[in-house]
Amino acid sequence: MELSLNLVWFILLGVLLTGYAILDGFDLGVGILHPLAKTDTERRIFMNSIGPLWDGNEVWLVTFGGALFAAFPEAYATAFSSFYLAFMLLLFALIFRAVSMEFRSKLEVPGWRRFWDYSFFVASAVATLLFGVAVGNAMQGLAIGADREYVGSFFDLLRPYPLLVGALAVALFAMHGSIYLYLKTEGELQERIHGWMWRTFGAFMALYMLVTIVTLITVPNATKNFETLPISWVVVLLNVLAIANIPRAIYLGKPGYAFVSSCCTIAALNFLFGVALFPNLLVSSLSPDWSLTIYNAASSQKTLGIMLIIAIIGMPFVLAYTSVIYWVFRGKVQIGKFSY
Amino acid sequence: MELDALTLSRFQFALTVAFHYLFPPLTIGLGVIMVYTEGKFLRTKDPQYEALTRFLTRIFAVTFAMGVASGIVMEFQFGTNWSTYSRYVGDVFGSALAAEGIFAFFLESGFLAVLVFGWDRVSPKMHFFSTCMVSLGSMFSAIWIVVANSWQQTPAGHKIVEFGTGQRAEITSFWELVFNPSSMHRLGHVLLGAFILGSFFVMSISAYYILKKRFEEPAKRMFSAALGLGTVAAILAAFSGHFQAATVAETQPSKLAAFEGLFHTPKEGEGAPLYIIGFPDQENRTVNAGIAVPGLLSWLVYGDMGRPVAGLDQFPPDEWPPVALTFYSYHIMVLLGVFFIVITLLAQFLRWRGTLFQTRWLMWVFVFAIVGPYIANQLGWMAAEVGRQPWVVYGLLKTADAFSPTVPAAQIATSIALFIVIYSLLFFLWLYVLNNKIQQGPVELEAAGAKREVGFFEAAAEAAGKEHLTGSEVTEDVAEREEE
Repeated sequence: MELSLNLVWFILLGVLLTGYAILDGFDLGVGILHPLAKTDTERRIFMNSIGPLWDGNEVWLVTFGGALFAAFPEAYATAFSSFYLAFMLLLFALIFRAVSMEFRSKLEVPGWRRFWDYSFFVASAVATLLFGVAVGNAMQGLAIGADREYVGSFFDLLRPYPLLVGALAVALFAMHGSIYLYLKTEGELQERIHGWMWRTFGAFMALYMLVTIVTLITVPNATKNFETLPISWVVVLLNVLAIANIPRAIYLGKPGYAFVSSCCTIAALNFLFGVALFPNLLVSSLSPDWSLTIYNAASSQKTLGIMLIIAIIGMPFVLAYTSVIYWVFRGKVQIGKFSY
Repeated sequence: MELDALTLSRFQFALTVAFHYLFPPLTIGLGVIMVYTEGKFLRTKDPQYEALTRFLTRIFAVTFAMGVASGIVMEFQFGTNWSTYSRYVGDVFGSALAAEGIFAFFLESGFLAVLVFGWDRVSPKMHFFSTCMVSLGSMFSAIWIVVANSWQQTPAGHKIVEFGTGQRAEITSFWELVFNPSSMHRLGHVLLGAFILGSFFVMSISAYYILKKRFEEPAKRMFSAALGLGTVAAILAAFSGHFQAATVAETQPSKLAAFEGLFHTPKEGEGAPLYIIGFPDQENRTVNAGIAVPGLLSWLVYGDMGRPVAGLDQFPPDEWPPVALTFYSYHIMVLLGVFFIVITLLAQFLRWRGTLFQTRWLMWVFVFAIVGPYIANQLGWMAAEVGRQPWVVYGLLKTADAFSPTVPAAQIATSIALFIVIYSLLFFLWLYVLNNKIQQGPVELEAAGAKREVGFFEAAAEAAGKEHLTGSEVTEDVAEREEE
């Protein structure tokens, strides 16, 4: 396998998606756990734990979308037009998530706050579920015809396997978010979150094993690339170790390690997803010839080259100020004058 | 008009882009003013400037959140509603969009966190740096979006090739794409439009405070700063608009003809008239009840009153833009532009005379004048986009061939209905929160306690109808009045 620009962009898209899943993963997780907060102060602590960060995190998704459009326009066009309703649903979820944080604390009226609390929770959960469903559908393949258009309906997307992967995503982000919240809180609230870490880990573990078994049985193509890329087995092993380290770190009282392990778990799962998909972007369940691959759906070599230069110039800046921002907002959440 | 997928998709795009464009120009304009007020604070250490910056930051933050939430819709929509377009332009359009993500969004959203939440966490210099970066990021964003859009207006640096199930444009030169014939003129005009909007927004709030005798001292400073920016931007916008129109005459003659309601190409030596006002009638190919200056259009475009300008009769009728909509949006924008120049120059004159802030009627005009730049910004885009029709990429791809063939009209109609409900809700919430923030004003001045200036507190007390108030009492009083 030579290192073509197409492959480089497949990998870079994977990096963007992994960055997104790790970063927005914890703030989506905080949203999923939001109803468990008991008092108004606790809800504000939850929202302020992600307040300065969620917007930057979401930019990873926006950039992923832009890069997919630029690098593989055919796949972008097919996916986005085929899953019209699913994407509209995702858009509404993301809109509500953004504005519920912005508006919630602007008024002290209980009804107002309750409304935005619910919308924050529902939007976070729906967005996460949809991401998982998308991954599940990508794994299982879609009814894409020779004209590169999807011939199924919205409800064909909600088959059992994608929904199962969607549930896994919800459990994964809830776990990721609970570890993050544990790091950002103190006192009695932190003690309660300690219990949530165990429970969300349990849910994640159960679904992870179930999805693995179902994948091995019903998605035969998922492991075909492991023959040409044996190093993938190392990632499988690392993934298992990372997952195993989460309860160990929680038990030892080292939540920082648990968070890093959770990040590694997400990265490993993303990597395995990419390996399973390669070289396809969208698998046609009707005929393998009709699948959209990183070759037949790509932009010209010149564009891929230009974009690589843009990425090489831009990414160091992005990483530098992302680090600075996370450093500035390190430590426990303090509710102050500028909080939500 | 038949409500098919094409019509619905066009309506949805118009709706979502118009809604989105309520927010970015304001953040771009406010960003510049915040850099000014915070820079002043760093130099003078005057707490009034700090309070002003913090006040503007709160308005900026809620507007920015709306811009992000509505902006992600735009990116998705290319794929969801315009998949044929996306396949056609992806190779060219995509790199500009990717550049926007990498160079603008990360910068803006990252430093926004410091700007909004970082007052107590970073040094004043670092905070000022963040403000500058956010302002820069918002402009970078405009650069790449205008570049991408301008390529649709005046395509350059590409070739057309067969690919996949149809044709597409492939890039041949990145710099020709970026510096396509219209991009720099259009970028200048878009940024100036944003500066005008931002400055009129700030002047509107300031004038309101001055009239209500609240926060008078900081309001006067804020007004003066914004007036400076607004005057310069309004005058420059007229020049930039002129040069842009000259470019349009050269590169998109059918659009210019629609701008000006020029149905018939004048004979050699006659020159084209410029309509000040009028009512174009596309059916009968004439402008009704128009007031026109003969030869002025020719003079503006070519500097020669006798040289003819191409009229719509040079183009087959099925390649005409909708003339009336283009004509009205363009003309109202231009008239508003004249109004901005007149009103800012008048304010400058009164300021020089020293009577500006006592001229109550003018302050009232400024309170409501904010509507003007909003309409002008919207109409500017409308003129540019409607004037390009029936092409989505001028001369290359028709709008009617660009939409997603597989999306059922009923699904688009459903999403439009939801967009209307959600956007209306968000719009009123935004106005409500904005009003809330404006009623509160630069509250840090009150919190500053001992550092406060007597003049301001007397004014605040007077507004509240009481003799003496402490800072917290003023705050309570403001809250009470809001409840009423």
